[in-house]
Amino acid sequence: MPIDSVRRKLVNGFACTAASAAVLPCCLGRAALAAAGSLEFKVSEVADGVFAFQGVDELMSPANQGAISNLGVVVGTDAVAVIDSGGSLVEAHAFIAAIGKMTAKPVRYLINTHMHPDHIFGNAVFRGIGATIVGHHNLPRALEARGAFYLQSFREQIGEALMKGIEIVPPTMLVDDRLQLDLGGRVLELQAWKAAHTDNDLTVFDGATGTLFAGDLVFIGSLPTLDGSLLGWLRQMDALAGIGAARVVPGHGPVPADWPQALTAERRYFEALARDIRKAIAVGMPLSEAVKTAGRSERGNWRLFDDHNERNATAAFAELEWE
Amino acid sequence: MQDHAYRSRQPALPLAAIFAAIILAVGTFLGSPGAADAQQTTASSDSIWQDLKGDVFGDRAILIDTGVVRIEAPKRAQDAAIVPVDIYIDPDKAPDGIKSVTLIIDVNPAPVAAAFQIGKDAGVTHLSTRVRVNDYSYLRAIAETQGGELHMAQTFVKASGGCSAPAVKNQDEARATMGQMKLRQFPPQETMTKAQELQLMIRHPNNSGLQRNPLTQYFIPAHFVQKLSISQAGQPILSMEGGISISEDPNFRFDFKAHGNGEIQVEAIDTDGKVFRDQWPLEATGL
Repeated sequence: MPIDSVRRKLVNGFACTAASAAVLPCCLGRAALAAAGSLEFKVSEVADGVFAFQGVDELMSPANQGAISNLGVVVGTDAVAVIDSGGSLVEAHAFIAAIGKMTAKPVRYLINTHMHPDHIFGNAVFRGIGATIVGHHNLPRALEARGAFYLQSFREQIGEALMKGIEIVPPTMLVDDRLQLDLGGRVLELQAWKAAHTDNDLTVFDGATGTLFAGDLVFIGSLPTLDGSLLGWLRQMDALAGIGAARVVPGHGPVPADWPQALTAERRYFEALARDIRKAIAVGMPLSEAVKTAGRSERGNWRLFDDHNERNATAAFAELEWE
Repeated sequence: MQDHAYRSRQPALPLAAIFAAIILAVGTFLGSPGAADAQQTTASSDSIWQDLKGDVFGDRAILIDTGVVRIEAPKRAQDAAIVPVDIYIDPDKAPDGIKSVTLIIDVNPAPVAAAFQIGKDAGVTHLSTRVRVNDYSYLRAIAETQGGELHMAQTFVKASGGCSAPAVKNQDEARATMGQMKLRQFPPQETMTKAQELQLMIRHPNNSGLQRNPLTQYFIPAHFVQKLSISQAGQPILSMEGGISISEDPNFRFDFKAHGNGEIQVEAIDTDGKVFRDQWPLEATGL
């Protein structure tokens, strides 16, 4: 793997203020700059020329600066591809600064794994450095339907300072089914999935190292969120598990993780949730009551369970009622 | 671009005049940048309601918390796209009967979520549905008695946090299955004599029309169920004029008193003028 110019080591929590300010100083307000200095941004090498940042298992907040999802970097001989842009401009700037420490090669692609703010709020920064934004063919439509709402609702959640300058930037290169991106010396294989976590889930597979970036099709440790189709997720679980990867970078949770064992816990949770909801529907229990108990047996197994389980149960109920 | 799309929202297709008028009115509320960004409080929700109620009810008096009508919803919406809401009518407190119930969600782009007409002698005392809730808001049920009195109950719902949005989750599926209906019939509960419960489900995206086609940049027209009528043996149980605040796959559960053995008939009309009809034999459970 010709990555001589890549520093193949753990890039440890460097202070990023100066670096990120040098990359794109114009977009950051004073508050955001001050905040950027406090973001510790650790990117680790998970395979030859493949790097990942691990987000914290929390909801997006001013304190964590939106950095709750995992992000990836793949370095070829010609160019770099980045997987997801993070949950704020501050995070995206810190991320780009970290990439700059690893390689001088240009970031040619930003690949969005799906529509959620923790994965796309940094898009404008990558557009600013000339990256082509790549996404599922349904992603523009999904962002059109939700973008304005995200900008409004997250202002409350992460605060004005962190929201400043955030735009909804849709992808311009779309993946209908599969797409290959040649970075020089390695080819990434992108795959668009049917509705599961969302209706715009995209995975990225680096064949050179067998590393799968699964986006939020894989959660480890913190509870998966359901914003697409429970049945679709379960139905595609075998196909997902069938990807011949050596390791996975999940959307949330430790990086890297063993494959396909990484799917075991979430599959168990979804099956428990589906079983409870189906039982409730069969006896005529209304949605408002069913969501209070469904999936509770899984409570001890997940972080953020109380934040997401009732919502998942609500979506699951509305879907499974049509079986 | 997104911001622009949001601000220059257009009222959608021809619908009942009152729905259109109110989408417009609130469009101007939220039209100024900043106003839409502010988290709503009980006070700000109330102030929207003060401006709104004249458009819906004129200067008629509205009696509050008389017990004629009651409304329940979760204190915090779990999924902004699917918030269950229950409306109860107390027949003892409205002996001449209730002829309609209007459901209002103050802060939504289309705050009049639905106006339900209740059939005379239909015996409806409980009605539940699912709505989209965009922000912290009061949900209000305003019941009109046969005599013309207005009674209101309200409950405050905090918007869901995180990445839950009041949008269609699986658009391809919604398109492919549009118009399918399902009816579930539940036996009468011990305490009721002949009332039984129905749950009507209609597959429909109930799209908002507040979004642009990313390729053409034209607004995607609103597309939702605007009229619904449910009857049994030719007698109306419930009808609705609705808008985009009703969740995708509109879902209604209600009790009623059967009249004879005639079948249950449903007709729904959407904003494209598509008519969806279905009918089911009345199950023997309630008789």
